[in-house]
Amino acid sequence: MIGRLKGQHGSGLRETNTYLGQKYIVADSSLIPELLRVLRDQEQFDYCVDITAVHYPDREKQFELVWILYSFPHNERIRVKASYSETESVPSSVPIWPAANWLEREVFDMFGIRFEGHRDLKRILLPEGWKGHPLRKDYGIIQQDQEWVQINLGIESGQ
Amino acid sequence: MTDRTTIDRTSHLELEQHEKTFLDSNELIINMGPQHPATHGVLRVILKLDGEKVLGTECVIGYLHRGVEKIAEHRTYTMFNPYVDRMDYVAAVSNGLGYCEAVEKLLNLEAPRRAQYIRVILTELNRLASHMLWLGTHALDIGAITPLFYTFRDREEILKIFEKYCGARLTTHAFRIGGCSYETYDGFEREIKKFLDFVTPKIDEYEELLTTNRIWLERTKDVGKISAKECVALGVTGPVLRASGVKWDLRKAQPYAAYADFDFDIPVGENGDTYDRYMVRMQEMRQSLRIIDQAIGKIPDGPIMAKVAKVMKPPIGEIYHSIEAPKGELGYFIVSDGSTQPYRVRVRPPSFVNLQALDMMVRGALVADVIAVIGTLDIVLGEVDR
Repeated sequence: MIGRLKGQHGSGLRETNTYLGQKYIVADSSLIPELLRVLRDQEQFDYCVDITAVHYPDREKQFELVWILYSFPHNERIRVKASYSETESVPSSVPIWPAANWLEREVFDMFGIRFEGHRDLKRILLPEGWKGHPLRKDYGIIQQDQEWVQINLGIESGQ
Repeated sequence: MTDRTTIDRTSHLELEQHEKTFLDSNELIINMGPQHPATHGVLRVILKLDGEKVLGTECVIGYLHRGVEKIAEHRTYTMFNPYVDRMDYVAAVSNGLGYCEAVEKLLNLEAPRRAQYIRVILTELNRLASHMLWLGTHALDIGAITPLFYTFRDREEILKIFEKYCGARLTTHAFRIGGCSYETYDGFEREIKKFLDFVTPKIDEYEELLTTNRIWLERTKDVGKISAKECVALGVTGPVLRASGVKWDLRKAQPYAAYADFDFDIPVGENGDTYDRYMVRMQEMRQSLRIIDQAIGKIPDGPIMAKVAKVMKPPIGEIYHSIEAPKGELGYFIVSDGSTQPYRVRVRPPSFVNLQALDMMVRGALVADVIAVIGTLDIVLGEVDR
């Protein structure tokens, strides 16, 4: 499978490897929409397990998006990874897997990454109007949107 | 009776004489929850209705958000272990198992056989407890009050075993990275065998109350239907997926712990309706008993902890490990930067992803069916919101 993908996309796949028995692909961000579609349509990765991100503030492209996919026919998992900068938006995979809807909303909520083509991209776990994206590394662990807490809960913020 | 009809008629006539009121508009938006006993926690569902018919829903979640994933980045691997119990608090043992195994994989070590057997026994007991709680509350939502008392009575016996084993009933923190921290107590095997004998006829008893009960059938048959294809597209896992006819269980598909050693079936449904999901879970309870029964007889001797360094520093890398929790696929994606604290922990919660299917399942149904569907999805808001 990896060989087939490499033949098709060549240089766009930066790394294809296995770590602790788990396959992963690091791809060029420009290749992502096409690659995800190929994985579902041709390689039968019909179940989108999870979409998440990791923040690396020191890198030029700070956010690494991770798609965890599973194939029911082959009983196989794969991780697809690609890096994006703060200003770039990620193509939404809701048209490919409807499951991506809430998963992408959570990534947006926690990291502030925008998904291009997502119809209902808004916060999901935090209240609307909250400022900041908590899973970024520069967001402190006891940090809060104090203004929001004061207005909506009527309490002085603080632990 | 005649009086009542006349009164009804007059009031109806009076209404017609009025100018348009808000009731004349066909669509009505109402709010269910977050403080509603049938939403199983703090779930708020905004319903768009046409009379009794549901036109669409929107879930508002996050009321129980505690930032578990953020906390993980500021704790060591060992310190974060008890936190995972607070997500799906009715199946805390499963959460712990998933996390411990994920970190063990990252550290490239394996728990000793004895520990793995203890893990399987406790996890299956927990699955049983989780399904019992689901059955009691789900039946209560639909109007059958009796099963609640039955299931809570029997679930208590499981919690007693947990309490004796590790001192806690709900947030058990039963496992450690590398094995179990407690040896089984004296009479552990005897007590579990006694429990198996006690609980097996009880499950038949629950079924007697519901399986052929006409009210139960009316309320669950063909309610909240979801097809296998839709389940896969929406990422729905666990009993909901199996009730739609997909024979897929991570314990079989990608066995973890000691599950490969045991003989058990994967119950599946056909129609993907609320009744089939009920049947699947009932059969799963029996399969859990079967697994425990096999495991209890042959717990191997040996250590219960692998050799684990006091200060854990997994090599740089990442891992995704998932287990079959009572609600579905529970996954942990952990990124290690080589330090004592995880760089990132992502929890893939089954309840969160399954809840996404609610909207599709209740469209065109009645308001009362929304309650049935929330119950049948078996969500725990602690896990949805994390």
